[in-house]
Amino acid sequence: MRANCWMGKKDVRVEHVPDPKILNQGDAIVRITSTAICGSDLHLYNGFVPTMERGDVLGHEFMGEVVEVGRKVRNLKKGDRVVVPFPIACGACLACQRQLFSVCENSNPNASIAEAFWGHSPAGVYGYSHLLGGYAGGQAEYARVPFADVGPLKVPDDLSDEQVLFLSDIFPTGYMGAEMCNIQKGDTIAVWGCGPVGQFAIKSAYMLGAERVIAIDRFPARLRMARDKAGAETLNYEEVDVREALTEMTGGEGPDACIDAVGMEAHAPGLPYAYDRTKQALMLETDRPLALRQAILSCRNAGIVSVIGVYGGFIDKFPMGSLMNRSLTIRSGQCHVQKYMRPLLERVQAKEIDPSFVITHRMNLDEAPRGYDMFLNKTDDCIKVVLKPN
Amino acid sequence: MRGNLQHNSGSHRMANRDFYERLSGGLGWFSIALGVAEVAAPSRVAALIGVRDEIKTRKVLRTYGLREIASGVGILSEPRPARWVWGRVGGDLLDLASLTSARHTHKTRAVVATAAVLGVTALDVMCAQQLSEDGGKHSSRRRKIVSSITVNRPPDEVYRFWTDLERLPSFMKHLESVQRTGPQTSHWKAKGPFGTTVEWDAEIVYDEPNRTIAWRSLEGSDIHNAGRVTFKEAPNGRGTIVTVELSFEPPGGPLTAHVAKLLRAVPKLQIHDDLRAFKQIMEVGEIVHSDASIFPGMHPAQPPERIPAQVH
Repeated sequence: MRANCWMGKKDVRVEHVPDPKILNQGDAIVRITSTAICGSDLHLYNGFVPTMERGDVLGHEFMGEVVEVGRKVRNLKKGDRVVVPFPIACGACLACQRQLFSVCENSNPNASIAEAFWGHSPAGVYGYSHLLGGYAGGQAEYARVPFADVGPLKVPDDLSDEQVLFLSDIFPTGYMGAEMCNIQKGDTIAVWGCGPVGQFAIKSAYMLGAERVIAIDRFPARLRMARDKAGAETLNYEEVDVREALTEMTGGEGPDACIDAVGMEAHAPGLPYAYDRTKQALMLETDRPLALRQAILSCRNAGIVSVIGVYGGFIDKFPMGSLMNRSLTIRSGQCHVQKYMRPLLERVQAKEIDPSFVITHRMNLDEAPRGYDMFLNKTDDCIKVVLKPN
Repeated sequence: MRGNLQHNSGSHRMANRDFYERLSGGLGWFSIALGVAEVAAPSRVAALIGVRDEIKTRKVLRTYGLREIASGVGILSEPRPARWVWGRVGGDLLDLASLTSARHTHKTRAVVATAAVLGVTALDVMCAQQLSEDGGKHSSRRRKIVSSITVNRPPDEVYRFWTDLERLPSFMKHLESVQRTGPQTSHWKAKGPFGTTVEWDAEIVYDEPNRTIAWRSLEGSDIHNAGRVTFKEAPNGRGTIVTVELSFEPPGGPLTAHVAKLLRAVPKLQIHDDLRAFKQIMEVGEIVHSDASIFPGMHPAQPPERIPAQVH
């Protein structure tokens, strides 16, 4: 089959690789009809995630048709149309039973590598480094889906691929980011990053009762989408002092909760960016926490900072004093997608949201390398790329 | 047997020895770091210690650097590092002699450097003495490993599954086979380093159903070991905490001891891997595979051409 493979920093190629096979009796094989490039794939593309191997099949946002199931699969059969959640979760461990699927205790066969990096291991993830299991990803014609009874969600035929594809990651991720804010009536929520996850965080914050959502980015197209499609007020951090603006917009108090939908490769004008970029290049820190610092300092006293942007390792100059003295709460996590897929599908069916609004580019899988390049460089106002294997 | 697998020699003495072994490790790394600096940047070192930077000085410093690196590697890789630490003491004396006879550019720095070498010499002598005194009196090779995992099943079920010993190798990849040879005895084969196999006969010395099972190896084993597994109900229905405690002496002569020292962390990792496999079997019913985990070594996460036999 054809699959988009990581070949090195800023080098992905569509290669011919063997078709996936059933390796565990709870597996299903899915023929992929739609797949997408995630913002977090750009961290792999830019070489910021360790334990990638040349040839790794990328992709963790995908859906398609079940073509084969293992002996132990009960809930799925050949021909079912499914969306696949990006964290791989067994459904049997204590974490899964508590619906904390992205920290499943059994799905990372390379848990010992993750333990060395992070103390304990989270769940395995498709196409996202060997640290997270070494699973082939879904930017391909077919994918092997472990724990087929636990993860994949059957979707009704009257919804298009584009309406349900993002249940695999970015819609639930944005939603969980908003949910972690514990939104109360009248709350103002600030969202750093107006990429696809940020867009869904804005939408979800409104769904969960936010009074106002203020979105921060520097790309006009993204800010326009946040305003026009997601309904946020927007700030361009290259034009205004974000902290000053937020303080002023919130009667001097700051937003009730702040969502970091940026993560480890943040940008900022001026010296702070140069400082972190230099430290990162010298490997004195792995992640640039520019958005996170600003989110913490901006947040209202006793507010919540919700981190859904991806971090990999270590950050520097973390404003712990601000966090502690002002009673802030920091919450974060890879999304427990399995928990959110069904209720969010219901919202799509009820026409509360049409997730396809974030899509700007559609391409054949063969064009994945061009898609990565455009997405990275924001060429042609690229915000979200959907790939079709056929 | 129950409750205490500590060996007989005084634990204070053990702790003391541990300290000096760690100290010798520190001295080993210090040797390597200093050696590399002397070899790579002799002029800078000369400036730092206040000695005139001449061709001759640089040559001497490079030679001393190689000596430092050699003794560092020796200390770190040798199972009995005492003589390498004594070697360092000899080196220290040479350094002191050279420092006092060299032509100084910077008096204060030379004095500070001499004082530093004297300090290190004192540490070296202390460490070498302790290590040689202790060296022959008891085996420093005996090792103890403790590893735990929580299994989301009740203790009786976990205990029952574990005590079906002959089934363990089907999912614990570091075990080759287990055969029952009597009501309390069994024969074990496990994977050693570099494709070797180690075998031993074990006797169950304590068995409290659903709680504890303890064993020790019998005469004629390749590897002398004793251990126990405990099954403890985790609070509030959170499953069973399985803890393996194992103490053993790596088999063989100086060469394997050498290897065992270099691979200090390996047996613990192996046991933890096998415990994780046990948890997967108990909770999921099979070992969880990824495209990258089904073959050993690092290779791209792509679907396999063929499925290895042990996967099904």
